Amino acid sequence: MSKPPGDPLPDTGPGGAPAEPQLQGSPSVTDDDPNTALYREGLEVKALTQWQLFRRKFFRHKAAMVALFVLVVVFTAALLAETIAPYGYEELDLANATLGPTLEDNHFFGTDKLGRDYFSRVLYGTRTSVRVALVVALLSTVIGTLIGAIAGYFGGWIENVLMRTTDLVLTLPGLAVLIAAAALLGNGSPYRVAVILALLLWTSLARIVRGSFLSLREKEFVEAAKASGASDWRIIFRHILPNALSPIIVNATLVVATAILIEATLSFLGFGITPPTPALGSLIEDGRNSMLTDWWLVTLPGLTIVLIGLCINFLGDGLRDALDPTQQVRG
Amino acid sequence: MLVYVVRRFLYSIPVLLLCSFIIFTFVSVSGDPLSEVKRRPNVSQVTVQQIVERKHLDESIPVQWAYWLKDATTNSFGTDLLGNRPIWPDLKRVMGNTLQLVVAAELLAFTIALAMGVISAKRQYSLFDYGTTTFSFFGFSMPVFWFALILQVIVTNIYLATDVRIFYTANLSSPNPENFLLDRIQHLALPVIALSVLSIATYSRYMRASMLEVVNSDYVRTARAKGVPERKVTVHHAMRNALIPVVTVAALNFGTVLGGAVVTETVFALDGMGLYFIRQLGERDAYPVMAWLMVAAVFVILFNLLADILYGYLDPRIRYE
Repeated sequence: MSKPPGDPLPDTGPGGAPAEPQLQGSPSVTDDDPNTALYREGLEVKALTQWQLFRRKFFRHKAAMVALFVLVVVFTAALLAETIAPYGYEELDLANATLGPTLEDNHFFGTDKLGRDYFSRVLYGTRTSVRVALVVALLSTVIGTLIGAIAGYFGGWIENVLMRTTDLVLTLPGLAVLIAAAALLGNGSPYRVAVILALLLWTSLARIVRGSFLSLREKEFVEAAKASGASDWRIIFRHILPNALSPIIVNATLVVATAILIEATLSFLGFGITPPTPALGSLIEDGRNSMLTDWWLVTLPGLTIVLIGLCINFLGDGLRDALDPTQQVRG
Repeated sequence: MLVYVVRRFLYSIPVLLLCSFIIFTFVSVSGDPLSEVKRRPNVSQVTVQQIVERKHLDESIPVQWAYWLKDATTNSFGTDLLGNRPIWPDLKRVMGNTLQLVVAAELLAFTIALAMGVISAKRQYSLFDYGTTTFSFFGFSMPVFWFALILQVIVTNIYLATDVRIFYTANLSSPNPENFLLDRIQHLALPVIALSVLSIATYSRYMRASMLEVVNSDYVRTARAKGVPERKVTVHHAMRNALIPVVTVAALNFGTVLGGAVVTETVFALDGMGLYFIRQLGERDAYPVMAWLMVAAVFVILFNLLADILYGYLDPRIRYE
């Protein structure tokens, strides 16, 4: 599952907004490092905290802001499906079967062969997908961070065992193993599928976290913490982890997109979430037989997945730029 | 170099063994392999007993695994659960078909991604650059199966409207085609397109990033300074070096492509590894599934090895001891 969406190497992607003029209220400075220059002039500098720097860069990333807005709307609508959906998930209305998308009677996405409102069905399906994806992101991030942190911090045979295990999981042909696992163990339940996905999606994060722990554990502040008697776990969680958070956050964001895609694929193949639980993948599979005549049955759930995926990728791109300390406050 | 390759080969043997043990345990623990067979009314108690004996299902899992391993190595994976059908001939046939699909898709993806990456790096922040970025984000966000279905709808509608068959939307070949090659291309075109989109998106991102890094390096400036034409600078000096990480990524990407092939073949009813895998899983027959997973793991390990060798070959600074 080694699919890193977005840039492999950090660069200012598209959406990098125009340069920001100066720090507020400071005289114009041409030196490379504005702080040293200001100190030299004897002026006081109000240092920005990490969080302020992040906000500055992130809020200027237009594509990411739009993506965040759309995501919040879609996710809220999906999670509140019960109150928002105009019809129930299984509400039959044979008199109004196979209607195309229309504004009449709130059938925004039309109806299927049994007259069930397709907008409501897609909304409920999205809710399942979003729930599964969030659980997967949370679980796989915890697993990947723990394994990477322990391997990177302790080193030695612990690292060897953990990283060889990671390599072994990476050797397995990812999607095929997921399909087999979901078919044999999933039982069509969303939470089982989520756990199975999480158990196979932590590997790339573990490698990233291990990498940053390897370099951070040699830093002076870790030595200082050790000298003042901090325990290993305290050093890992209080001292090193906060400094290694950026790639973890970006990765967790992108895993949501990966999880939605894989879950939809599994459900489409009939090995993921099975009816009666609503899922976008099984909606597409249902609509497949009449896709030539009723185009909306396949197109609209698919577009929903694409929309969510696109937004998450743009959001991840913005987060990556904003969290990267090597980039100047530019966009 | 040769020593390195041989050592890597030897190292991959225990990895494969461990892999097979994990897969075997996981498939065995996940349910009684006979539960499906027992439910069939036309299978007698005697047959079930024979299966138990032949596959040694009454033994512990490590012993079962050892028997399976013996069967797999000396008898090319043996037969399926009922013992009627040897696995290997089926697997060999579908492997050939999948290989055609995967190789064609990867070649197409690599060529297009290369051009896209180089041009968008040369014209960073141009309209073309934004276009390719948007395209690759679409590639990352689009479910392969959905894109394949949309392709089917479009091509079928063109066929219904104009009565001209450009591409076929299912199977691998027509019965008794006039021109075999043309017929095969007409059948493979849509699956290849569906499968290559994700690869194009991935590789072009890598190509762009790695090209951007190379373009600003000293030796490219030197080449320009001594008066090498810009075109030659791009192709001979920059692109060659920018290719190194991308080639490695492509070789390491094999597992993902195989996963994509599973989905693509299912949609296009293409008689390849993916369709075979899904069918056997549907029948809950563990033996072909395990054989399949082993073959796939061998492929992934081979391509990982290939990535390392290519890396050493393309970048002479890397020396394998």
